[in-house]
Amino acid sequence: MSTVNIKINGIPAEVEAGSTILTAARKAGFKIPTLCYHPDLPAWASCGICVVKIEGSPKMLRACAATVSEGMSVITQDPEIHEIRKTVLELILSTHPNDCLQCLRNGQCELQTMAADFGIREVPFEARVQEIPRDESSCSIVFNPQKCIKCGRCVNVCQQLQDVWALEFIGRGDGTRMAGAGDVVLNETPCIKCGQCSAHCPVGAIYEVDETHKLLEAIHTPDLHVAVQIAPAVRVAIGEAFGMEPGEITTGKIYAALRRLGVDAVFDTNFAADLTIMEEGTEFVSRLTKGTGAIPLITSCCPAWTDYMEKYFPDMIPHFSTAKSPMMMQGAVTKTYYAQKANIDPAKICSVAIMPCTAKKYETRRSDNMQSSGYNDVDFVLTTRELARLIKAQGIEFTKLPDEKADSPIGMYSGAGTIFGNTGGVMEAAIRTAYNLITGKNLEKVEVDAVRGMEGVKRGAINVDGTEVRVAVAHGMANVRDLMKEVQQAREEGKEPPYHFIEVMACRGGCIAGGGQPYFTTDEVRRKRVEGIYKDDEASTVRCSHENPEIIEIYKDFLGSPNSHTAHQYLHTEYVPRPLYRK
Amino acid sequence: MNFKQYILVCGGTGCESSKSDEIYRNLLSAAESKDVKSDVQILKTGCFGLCEKGPIVKVLPDESFYVHVKPEDATEIIEEHVIKGREVKRLLYDTSDSKANKAMENLDFYQKQFRIVLRNCGVINPEDIDEYIARDGYAALSKVLSEMTPDDVIAELKISGLRGRGGAGFPTWLKWNLTKEVESDQKYVVCNADEGDPGAYMDRSTLEGDPHSLIEAMAIAAYTIGADYGYIYIRAEYPLAINRLKIAMEQARGYGLLGKDILGSGFNFDLEIRLGAGAFVCGEETALIASLEGERGMPRPRPPFPSVKGVFGKPTVINNVETWANVPVILHKGGKWFASIGTEDSKGTKVFALTGKINNSGLVEVPMGTTLREIVYDIGGGIKDGKKFKAVQTGGPSGGVITADYIDTPIDYASLQKLGSIMGSGGMIIMDEDDCMVDVAKFYLDFTVDESCGKCAPCRVGGKTMLHLLEGITKGKGTMDDIEKMKKIALGMSKASLCGLGQTAPNPVLSTLRYFEDEYLAHIQEKRCPAGKCKDLTVYEIISDKCIGCGLCARRCPVSCISGEKRQPHVIDQEKCIKCGECYSVCKFEAVSKK
Repeated sequence: MSTVNIKINGIPAEVEAGSTILTAARKAGFKIPTLCYHPDLPAWASCGICVVKIEGSPKMLRACAATVSEGMSVITQDPEIHEIRKTVLELILSTHPNDCLQCLRNGQCELQTMAADFGIREVPFEARVQEIPRDESSCSIVFNPQKCIKCGRCVNVCQQLQDVWALEFIGRGDGTRMAGAGDVVLNETPCIKCGQCSAHCPVGAIYEVDETHKLLEAIHTPDLHVAVQIAPAVRVAIGEAFGMEPGEITTGKIYAALRRLGVDAVFDTNFAADLTIMEEGTEFVSRLTKGTGAIPLITSCCPAWTDYMEKYFPDMIPHFSTAKSPMMMQGAVTKTYYAQKANIDPAKICSVAIMPCTAKKYETRRSDNMQSSGYNDVDFVLTTRELARLIKAQGIEFTKLPDEKADSPIGMYSGAGTIFGNTGGVMEAAIRTAYNLITGKNLEKVEVDAVRGMEGVKRGAINVDGTEVRVAVAHGMANVRDLMKEVQQAREEGKEPPYHFIEVMACRGGCIAGGGQPYFTTDEVRRKRVEGIYKDDEASTVRCSHENPEIIEIYKDFLGSPNSHTAHQYLHTEYVPRPLYRK
Repeated sequence: MNFKQYILVCGGTGCESSKSDEIYRNLLSAAESKDVKSDVQILKTGCFGLCEKGPIVKVLPDESFYVHVKPEDATEIIEEHVIKGREVKRLLYDTSDSKANKAMENLDFYQKQFRIVLRNCGVINPEDIDEYIARDGYAALSKVLSEMTPDDVIAELKISGLRGRGGAGFPTWLKWNLTKEVESDQKYVVCNADEGDPGAYMDRSTLEGDPHSLIEAMAIAAYTIGADYGYIYIRAEYPLAINRLKIAMEQARGYGLLGKDILGSGFNFDLEIRLGAGAFVCGEETALIASLEGERGMPRPRPPFPSVKGVFGKPTVINNVETWANVPVILHKGGKWFASIGTEDSKGTKVFALTGKINNSGLVEVPMGTTLREIVYDIGGGIKDGKKFKAVQTGGPSGGVITADYIDTPIDYASLQKLGSIMGSGGMIIMDEDDCMVDVAKFYLDFTVDESCGKCAPCRVGGKTMLHLLEGITKGKGTMDDIEKMKKIALGMSKASLCGLGQTAPNPVLSTLRYFEDEYLAHIQEKRCPAGKCKDLTVYEIISDKCIGCGLCARRCPVSCISGEKRQPHVIDQEKCIKCGECYSVCKFEAVSKK
């Protein structure tokens, strides 16, 4: 690492060459306030809060965008800088509704925190709040432009990180606003509902559709049997909402909290993740060894990804695994297999999923196959953030809860099921089982290092009994396009496919950083959540899906064998090309 | 062909909008029908500069300078002047018989001008490359390609002392050298032709009148920095300039002056025109780059500067039209020659668009260091209607006012800055005693607020908030606290806005506050607009001693708020009055007062 010598507020510091003033100052112990900046994104430099002085220069620079250079002397704080930042903040506040108490982000709002830090007691400027109606067209995301401070994060996340281009700036000057691309409502844009905009919004301008009331209503409806599943990624993140460290495994506490809320049955989506592996792994082996379908096989458990594929790469539909996502499989077996076993009328079951994801809200209604049980396989979805709010509202002290167990017969999971929560996890879990399906034996070392880590696209080859299986893993939607082009090009040129198996997750880091996860997700937080997931895997006595006793049981009692007729009826789906714009 | 006479018709946008194209066509058909086609060549040129008197037609070799020409005058010009050799006196700018006074360069308007940038405007047919070449066009490029190294070019530019004419005055040689020194597989040169200051049209006229100078300059820059491609970013509202550029580029390609292996030197360079959609902010170089790349035209943080990371992330030289237009002359005549013109820190000339309350509005090019007085009185012919000069706004919405006290200030980068204004791109708007300075500040701020791209908070919110405060003041609702608030916002905007637009938007307010604080105080404390410009603060009253009760004002009043008996003094109902000023202007007895 090459370094440069600079001074920050007169204190000499040796910092990494090419780093921004912001990063360098934070390392040296000076926190420069920021509002529009987010470490996931290149500096957009719109808010003007992070301005600093450089000795010898009449102009002030934005610390988020300007890089350090040898001999630079930076002043991050003086009365004039403070006055300027405060004025800018007051100007922003003058266009922001003053209704913090009724805001979903109350207590978690970056603007609110900054106003508190600056000791704002009054705003000297006239209040001018844009009168723009709320956009509630999407089943996943609500957009309230009144609260928008035009930091640009949502637009940049949508365009740069996710390559979806559903959001854009409309108008100019004082009339500038963020809106659906082409100024249509969100539901009519190419939006894939990943919710990254909502996870990156510093204020309450974009947020998940709140369905917490539905769970409370269900719980308090007599005769309704409420069965809740929790996704792999929820367990390593929800603790953050209660002051715990990212990555702390809270599975048992979530089960306990759900029971205290009054839920009747607590299941785990990890069980269905194992089920997915049985179906998808079998499908893969069949396509690979018997040529029953297109190669590469591409994973389909991420609903934002399937939506993206249906809109942007419909020609890849034959490559998609027909296996439903774990959530939808869990819902299907809840209202069939579980209903039979527990002797409950499926009409009286309310199937709820706790997900790290806003797109999952959409997935429950994406096609008729989502009612394979004859009912809505999943009735509604709450995100991690919603569940955390509900737990708080219901007076449950999460950190003090005991660790409880999930209910049988669809609650037990293997380590392979849990790693579905992060990038590379589905691939690794599938390899563990596919290896067994092909060779009849288990991998000696179940960890597949080639598909682990935070690199945007990971490529690897796995030796399965002398056959090389080429795999690729992409996360963060913007990383997918090139990978798909590789496949398309090989196909057009009549060449051997570059990969046999591809895993895609829409969000950077996978579901652990999904659009419905607790706020303030950065790569640092992602890393800790991923560590938590792998720890959960390592601590599992069963590491492979095909060895999960409840999985073995469900095939014996209900499904028959993987990819059987029954399995197809309940656990598989299909995809259709969809237009980018609805109108 | 040997013509006996030449008729030059101004083809600038100003004259074209006053039917100069029809004049041109009428002249052609008159020459045709009178069978003198082989005696006279009729040409359309670029702007002559004296737009106030347009459309302009010039006849050579007599040097007759016809002004305010109408299409129906064409036949007379052909019959009288061309055929009979008699000048059409009624159309002459100067009607005196003396030959010395009649020639264009002897007109007061042109006497103190020194034309480098506008050297070919009004002289050559901009649609004919041969005419450009005949006036030493492409000689500089030829010299550069055959005799000079890139370092030689930089050295010559350094000697010339040329600084950017787009606003900030950055030394051109330094900008080129920075780009030249960066290693990259691809570099670009860009011409910023997104002229947008209110009242400014220097660049348009240069593009319309001398498009080849730009092409030549850009090719020289490309050779110097190691680029092989360039963009001309021009606003779509300049169709004539765009068309002439296209013609010029096509002709240059035909002559091997653009394209592969230019003049057999092995050097390749080509150009492309990109149209701007009329956003003022796209004149800011980083926003221009974003727009050029197909993105929304919003500025990006600097550094990195375009010289390091410009178009498509590649090192790029961006200069404005006027800067470019200087380059071929400098390399042809030498940096020393150029440096002999102007002042110590500001070399060469500057083109100004003189508008507002001035007799000779138009384009003027003067050596740096010319005083404001010379421009206003000697060239501009003084203030309209004999009124008193109050101030001049330079630097457009980013600049400030210069008052009568400083009218002897020599115009150069440093002097203007010292007075709280800037050189800017060359807009010069003259104001007289009837102009309210609070209103002037409001006008400019209104412009920048409207043109703000909305990206950064200080500019987006600060500008609008400040504008509302100003509006309040002009409506008599201002408080002394508002001045403090405006200063507070101004500091925030100037230091924390992302680009030059926001950083300089408060300048007109700060500048008028500095020189005309008394006017602000009059608006705030006395609820009075001294210039009588701010409607809400103006009171019209009938002076009963003077009113004869004719009733004309009462009949004309659109809201019927004037009443009175016949032949008795009338009264205005102040509650109902909408301050339209109709009574004031129709009264023949000066019996209506305006305060």
